[in-house]
Formats: sequence, structure tokens, C-alpha cells
Amino acid sequence: MSLLTDPRWGEALAHLPDYLGNHVRVSVTALALGLAASLPLAILSRNRPVLRGALLGLASIVQTVPGLALLALFYPLLLALAALTLNWFGFGFSAFGFLPAVLALALYSMLPVLRNTITGLNGVDAALLEAAQGVGMTPRQSLTMVELPLALPVMMAGIRTAAVWVIGTATLSTPIGQTSLGNYIFAGLQTQNWVFVLFGCLAAAVLALLVDQLLALIENGLRSRSRLRAALGAVGIAALVAATLVPTLARSPSSYTVGAKTFAEQYVLSALMAQRLRAAQLSATTREGLGSNVIFDALASGDIDVYIDYSGTLWANQFHRTDMKPRNELLGELKTMLAKQNITLLGELGFENAYALVMPRQRAAELGIKSIADLTSRASTLSIAGDYEFFSRPEWTALQKAYGLSFRGQRTMQPDFMYAAVASGEVDVIAGYTSDGLIAKYDLVVLDDPKHAIPPYDAIVLLAPKRSGDEKVKAALQPLLGKIDIAAMREANLRAAGNDASSSPDAVARWLWEKVGK
Amino acid sequence: MPTKSLIGYANVAKRFDGGRVVAVDNVSLEVAEGEFLAIVGGSGSGKTTLLRLANRLIEADEGVITVEGEDVRAADPIGLRRRIGYVFQSGGLFPHISVADNIGITPQLLGWPAQEISVRVDELLDLVRLERASHRDRMPHELSGGQRQRVGVARALAAKPRIVLMDEPFGALDPLTRDALGDDYRELHKKLGLTTVMITHDMTEAILLADRIAVMRSGKLLAQGTPAELATSGDEYVGELLRTPRRQADRLNEALPRGGA
Repeated sequence: MSLLTDPRWGEALAHLPDYLGNHVRVSVTALALGLAASLPLAILSRNRPVLRGALLGLASIVQTVPGLALLALFYPLLLALAALTLNWFGFGFSAFGFLPAVLALALYSMLPVLRNTITGLNGVDAALLEAAQGVGMTPRQSLTMVELPLALPVMMAGIRTAAVWVIGTATLSTPIGQTSLGNYIFAGLQTQNWVFVLFGCLAAAVLALLVDQLLALIENGLRSRSRLRAALGAVGIAALVAATLVPTLARSPSSYTVGAKTFAEQYVLSALMAQRLRAAQLSATTREGLGSNVIFDALASGDIDVYIDYSGTLWANQFHRTDMKPRNELLGELKTMLAKQNITLLGELGFENAYALVMPRQRAAELGIKSIADLTSRASTLSIAGDYEFFSRPEWTALQKAYGLSFRGQRTMQPDFMYAAVASGEVDVIAGYTSDGLIAKYDLVVLDDPKHAIPPYDAIVLLAPKRSGDEKVKAALQPLLGKIDIAAMREANLRAAGNDASSSPDAVARWLWEKVGK
Repeated sequence: MPTKSLIGYANVAKRFDGGRVVAVDNVSLEVAEGEFLAIVGGSGSGKTTLLRLANRLIEADEGVITVEGEDVRAADPIGLRRRIGYVFQSGGLFPHISVADNIGITPQLLGWPAQEISVRVDELLDLVRLERASHRDRMPHELSGGQRQRVGVARALAAKPRIVLMDEPFGALDPLTRDALGDDYRELHKKLGLTTVMITHDMTEAILLADRIAVMRSGKLLAQGTPAELATSGDEYVGELLRTPRRQADRLNEALPRGGA
């Protein structure tokens, strides 16, 4: 199929009003907030070297924090703040999505604006400052009539840099729950949908260029004192914002939000749940690509209504348990702990997505390795690879302790590339996921865990506190419980990893429903 | 003194760098109404500081400065500057606004109606001999050095000041332009009944334009008076300053045949 006739372009286009609208709103708000903070600070500090140094230093430090981390940091910060205001003043606010994204992006926009405004103002010829004073200007008149107009080109260059940065970095606000053009990129990367990735990048680039050119028009108008051009630029930006508001206002507010973490299985399962809700005449949307640190809190605070998590993940990460329990006992205890937070554990889907040590079938047979216990004596000659978090997770510590594993080397990899790497012999063992479709595709084998060092990872449906008494949503999702076995999920995941139109989460979810729902 | 003093310095001192540099050292000087005073001195003599003390671009450390009989410390510095014209060394025109807007800046700050400012700008362009139509809407960078300085003079005169302070106004111009502009200004000074204080390092210019000359060196006022009075000053430096133009004139006379050129 040619790239141009791929039906996924149409699918991507259908999301555009929502994604682009949110992206513009969050970027423009962040930029406006950033400017509102930076410009007065820059003006205030232009004649105060100590304050100037402190501000520029601070802004530089912020700039060195990777965008993704800065955005992620604001979520727990605001969550704590919201808890405080709720305690002290009796009101809370949503620390999810828009607010943390705006604050982080605003902070991110400050350096170029601060630096260029200060540079621009300091670059004004001292003789002109004296002339301004000499003709009888007050300090404020000197600032507005002489200094700012003369510094304008340098200032606008900073503002334009900030705008492009903010629009680009806003794509990273998807994991903290802010819908953006990043939704295309995160979803595309996870489901090998390169059309989505390309579409998201292009849309963000076009938006950045457009805003940059509108700002250039405003600058040009201000500089040549052409009210028309400045107004045209301003109207352009206002129109952009207004245009993105229209589809939002027109759309009926969705009553159920289904959350999904940042990997393909989650995209498929959230699509499946949304389809089930809609089949039951409930309106539903999905919030995809949420960071695993964000999604549970988002459910607890009601920002999303339902999502799929895994028992072992909650056990270890959310409740910080290090002891191990058999599968059903762990589920029972988890249910009680969740109930204390008013979160409903509706039930299990029927498969586990556990971490597991995985090797090529042939290689394992040659080395005579059947279980992790067989690795103990061989590990010193083998290398292992895991995803970004595996080696800092309690499972890894437990595995090392239980089996006395000490590998020759360990590497961190993007999960999608891990399976190919172990299949090609690049690494010897990987920490994969039991439900991953690539296990079958590459003819890999999951090593047994006789000492049960890795906790069970049953896929479970969680409902937000405000949905605990909602029988309609429970009834709509009930048919999924216990129906999805590991083989079905692996095949679904394999389909989702395909690179064609039938591999979209929605299409795979429909296939999965056909297979298990009847 | 028969006429009344418009600017007065009494035992004025100004130090910079925490007292290490004495820019103006106990200077007393009167400028009479209608007078054209030139302050002559080398660089670092304190002449520019002395000028800026008058409209409070710089504040004095000691002594009393009066403008139109009023102690400047009691005056609002912004208002003071708006009623004193100031011509800057290389024009000091604002590069981002037109010639007309530059000229009309002080009236604009004073809140004159736009129509009145416009009329005044045309008047001033005539006064400094710049053609209205072709200069009004130009930007400063489109002007020659002499034209820029004419605009600088027009700007200083815009709000109809009685006093004009000029900081080496013609220093950076070529000799012909400089001569023409000096003569034109001298005429304006007379016609408008201005009181002018001009800084220059060029004694010839001072002698040709000013009624009286004050000579400064190292912050001190060495001598003041008409050129003839200065000639009687016993000060060696003042004598040297006065002899230089004469020597130059003599050499010029030798080199150029009378009636030639």
C-alpha cells in the first residue's frame, strides 16, 4: 500500500480538531503566562545585576531539565498542592493535564524571553537614554517610548524562539494527561504506526512555523509602525485560538474517560473499553499515553473514570509492598487496599502481563536453559536487556536475590527493539512482557520462575471513586472480565505492532471483541 | 550685572567614583538673560558635567544652582528638563521615529494637541532651514550629519524654551557645515532672545559665536569674560588657548594670499 493512500491519514485527520485544539490552547496559554512573568522580571532586573544573574541562572537551570521530566515533575507537585488547599481552604483543583502542562511550559519559555529582553534593553545606546532624559522623559516614558521600541527586534526574536520551543515541547505533555499533538507521536511510537508519528511531527512543525510567522508579522508591524500589519498578526493568533475553541464548544462533553498508559496493549484495551461503553449507549473518550506514575492518581482524583492496571504493579509501586503472595491472595488483598481509597477493582481480564526473562527458543535449548534457575551458573557469560524502568524495579532486585543472578552486562532499550535484539543475538536474555505478541513472532521462550520471585501481573479493571456505584458502566464492562486469555492478548498485541491500517488500536480492539466477546 | 541672571552656579562641586574624581571643583558662574556663553576646555575638564548640573541630568554634591531664579533642587527635574532645550553631541535623535516625531517629542510629553505640534514642527523646520516636505517624514538615519544636528537644534527649541544648553553641538561636522550651522544658530539665538550655554573644546568657535567665554581645566573655572577680558587674564593656560587661534590665523594669512580662495 502506498504511503499516500494509507487510510490511517484519514484516521489521523479525524483526531486533528481535538489534538490540535488542545495543543494550541496549552501552548498559547503557557506562552502568554511565560511572557506575563518574564517581561516584567526582565524589565525589573535590567539595572540590577544580582537579580539579573539569579534570574538568568535559574532560567538556564530550568532549561537543562529535559522537557519530559519537567512536565512530569509538575504533576506530583501540583497534586500535593491540591491536597494542601483541600485541607486548608476546602477546595482542590485538578493537578492533571492542562494545569501542570501550562506551568511547566511557561517555565520552559522563560529563558529566551528573559535573556533577549535583558540583552535588548541593555543594548540601547547610553547616549539615547541620556537624550530621552534630556528631552524630559520620565523613566517610564523612556522605557516605553525609547528603550522597549529599540529593544523590540531582539525581544521578538526571543519570544519567537520561546513560541517554537513551547509548541515543540507541548507534544511531551501527553503523558501527564494533556491531550496534544504528542498523542499522535506517543501512540504512533507504541503501536508502530509511523503514519501517526509523521502526522504528529508535521502538524507540530506546521503550527510552530505558523505561529512564528504571525509573530514575525506583529514584529514587522510594530517596527515599521504599521498598525495594519501588527493587527493582522494579532488577529491571526486570536483566530487560531478561536478556531481551536469551536470544535470543543460544539462537542458534547463526554461522560466517561478511559485512560491508557504508554504502550500498545493499553491503547488496544482502552479502545476496547471505550467501544463497550459506547455500545451500551454511554459516551466515552480515551485519554491515551498517560505516564504510569500519573494514571493511578488521575483515577483516584476522578480525572479519568476507568483504566487497566496490573496487580503486581500496584502491589509494588503504589502500595510499596515487597513481600510476595500467591496470585489470588494478592488480588484479594489488593482489592481491600484499593477499596480503602474508594477505587473499585471490577475484576481481571484473564491474562497476565508480567515481566519475564525471555530467550530465543533455540538458544535456550542449546544451552539447556528451561527456567531462571538454570541461568544462575550461566549468567556471568550472558548479557541482559530491559526497558527503561526494569533495572530499578523491585522485581529485578527480587530476581537477583532469589536466583543469585549476575550478568556479564546489562543494557536499557526501547521495548519495541528489545525482542529483535534478543532474536538477533545482540543480547542473550531480555526482560520482556508475557503478553507481548513479539514473543511468538520471534519464536522466543519465556523462562519459568520456580521461586515465584516475580509477582503476578493480572490485568485488572479499575473504576474511579465517583463510578463505584455506577451499575451501567459495570454492566458494560462485565463481558470483558475473564475473557481475554494470554494467547488472545499476545495476538492482539502482535496485530497492534503491525504497520498497516488494520493495526490501529480501534481496529485491533474490534478484532479482539470479535474473538472473545461472542 | 545690569541684566538679570538666568542660570547661576554658586560654589558648586561634583565628585564621581565615591569622591576620588573631582569633576567640578568649587565653580561660581552667572549666565545673564539673552547671553551666549561658551564653556571651553579639554576633555575631562568638567565642562560637560557643569552643563548637565543645570538641568539636573547630574545632581550637585555642593553649592547652589539656580535656573530662572529658582534653586534647581526645589524644581521637579522632569519639568525643568522640559523647559530647557538641550542639544546633544551627535544629535541624540531617536532612530526609530521620524524627524517630525523627534522634533515634536517635548511638546508631546507636555501634552500639546497634535495639531499644534504639527504646526510647530513645520515652523521649526523653517527655522533651522530644512525643507518641510522632504524632511518631515524621514528617519534620522536618512539624514546627513549636518541635517541631523539641525533637527537636534529644532528639537531643543520645540517647546519654546528660554534657555538652550548645547553639548559640543557642531563638533562632529565638517568645517563648512559647522560654520554655516554656527552662524545660523547665532542668528536664532538673537532672533528668539534665547539664553545659550554651549560647550566646545574649540576656542575659535567660542570666540566667533559667544558673547562671553568661561575656561575650565581639571574641574576649576580658570577665567571668564569677553574675549577681550580673557586676554587680560594672567593664566598661562588661558593665554595659550587664546594664542592658538591667532597663530593659526596668522599662518593662514601667510599661506593664503589676501582675497584669494
